[in-house]
Amino acid sequence: MAMSQTKMAVAEADGVLESAVSTRNISKNYGEVEALRDLSLEFPRGQLTSLLGPSGCGKTTLLKIIAGLLEPTSGEVEVNGSKVTGPGPDRAFVFQDFALLPWASVIRNVSFGLEMRGVAKSEREAIAERYIREVGLAGFEHAYPHELSGGMRQRVGLARALSVDSQVLLMDEPFSAVDEQTRRKFQEDLLGLVQNENKTFIFVTHSIEEAVYVSDQIAILLPRPSRVSEIIRPSGFRNKGVDNIRRDPEYLDIVDEIWASLRTYVE
Amino acid sequence: MVNRAFVLKIVSALILFGAWEIAGRIPVSLAFPTFLESMSALFSMAADGTLWLAYAETLQPLVVGIAISAVLGIAIGLWVGLNDFFDWLFSPIFIVMQAAPLAALIPLLVLAYGIGLTSKVLVVCIMAMPVIVLNTAGAVRNTPESMKEMGRAYLATDLAIVLKIVIPAASPVIFAGLRLGISAGFIGAILAELKITPTGVGDIITYSRSIADYPSMYAAIFSIILLAVLFLNLLEKTETVLFKGNQRGYVSD
Repeated sequence: MAMSQTKMAVAEADGVLESAVSTRNISKNYGEVEALRDLSLEFPRGQLTSLLGPSGCGKTTLLKIIAGLLEPTSGEVEVNGSKVTGPGPDRAFVFQDFALLPWASVIRNVSFGLEMRGVAKSEREAIAERYIREVGLAGFEHAYPHELSGGMRQRVGLARALSVDSQVLLMDEPFSAVDEQTRRKFQEDLLGLVQNENKTFIFVTHSIEEAVYVSDQIAILLPRPSRVSEIIRPSGFRNKGVDNIRRDPEYLDIVDEIWASLRTYVE
Repeated sequence: MVNRAFVLKIVSALILFGAWEIAGRIPVSLAFPTFLESMSALFSMAADGTLWLAYAETLQPLVVGIAISAVLGIAIGLWVGLNDFFDWLFSPIFIVMQAAPLAALIPLLVLAYGIGLTSKVLVVCIMAMPVIVLNTAGAVRNTPESMKEMGRAYLATDLAIVLKIVIPAASPVIFAGLRLGISAGFIGAILAELKITPTGVGDIITYSRSIADYPSMYAAIFSIILLAVLFLNLLEKTETVLFKGNQRGYVSD
């Protein structure tokens, strides 16, 4: 927490935050349909940025372009100063539907990224075991995905993303397929991760409360074609502890403000 | 409780054989022997060696044909499923092969390849391969997109995506295709022996019928069905061992 405050202080003193990821003039067309138009956005290092917007606003498209899974029609993405041409070791992805391999045990799923990087079996299993413990799944190393609850499956997805130790973590509505209580626990854990892991998080969500709760920076995207309408940086309640955020007046104000600007776009 | 499925299998076999025995004793037809008569014919054929000699003959086109169909069928199926061009090129051939009435084609095969092993292997392949190819291709095409995306996001090469994601994900349907294909291959092997030249088990069937030795004829038919069932069970066991987690479907279910 001390570190985070120092970081903020430095950042505010400089007036500008160093970007880990920048997207410049990104456009993406699917045939006739314009999904993204001329979208530029900076993602500050070590912080969590949410992409928030109504459905169909292209937030997942943008995330996949950053991941290198989709090609932008024009524009470019830079991660740590180098141009993105495809998936890379500097980014890890957490999927909305978990994307686990059903025939592989938890430990094999978690070590998949390391396996693809050519890490030896004993070493990758040691690393995987550590992250399985870290996400609270110790004892389930040899279980299969179908034996786990939705929340536990996403913990496997999270452990897989953490185990490759990428600078940037891309999360595509990671908590939307888990139940409400699990989601709250995930959100609290995520705040801890942002604080401790010193990684840059890019987080797609459609939940206003979730975005305000977990983010250092919220980019609000508006649809058809998608563009950034507003960037909000909640600052006042981040250090008051996870239990106090939801009743902080600033938190409530921001939630209301975002809803006011989004409601006209929701049919 | 574990063996409940096994007990049920035994019970259903007993009911079937019981019904066979009763139908043979009535008799429903003079050409329909009882179960026990057929079994004793089976044992005497096994004892004097005719049965084993016959299978040594029949298994040649069957094993060769099934091996070719499985290896080539899965390979072509993967190819067709992964590449639109090969889909365009190969799919129609296998769809036609599957739809064509094989018995009508046998004279053509004999004309082209003679009455030897080649023609019989081809008959087995024509029966077995289309369903293996088409199932494999369909399963490959239906690999969940997010799993392939996951592979790419975690830096898997194209080859690794095929080996570590596409094939295991497609394996339940590939195995279903293998099961169907192999049972069709058994039909093909016997059909070849009945239609091309009477050898092996087909010879026992034809010859016993011609001398009205119906118990032997039914014994031969029974033995080939038994072999097919045993083989399919073995295949199922292999699948279970190879892809354990697949039994309960996908994570997104």
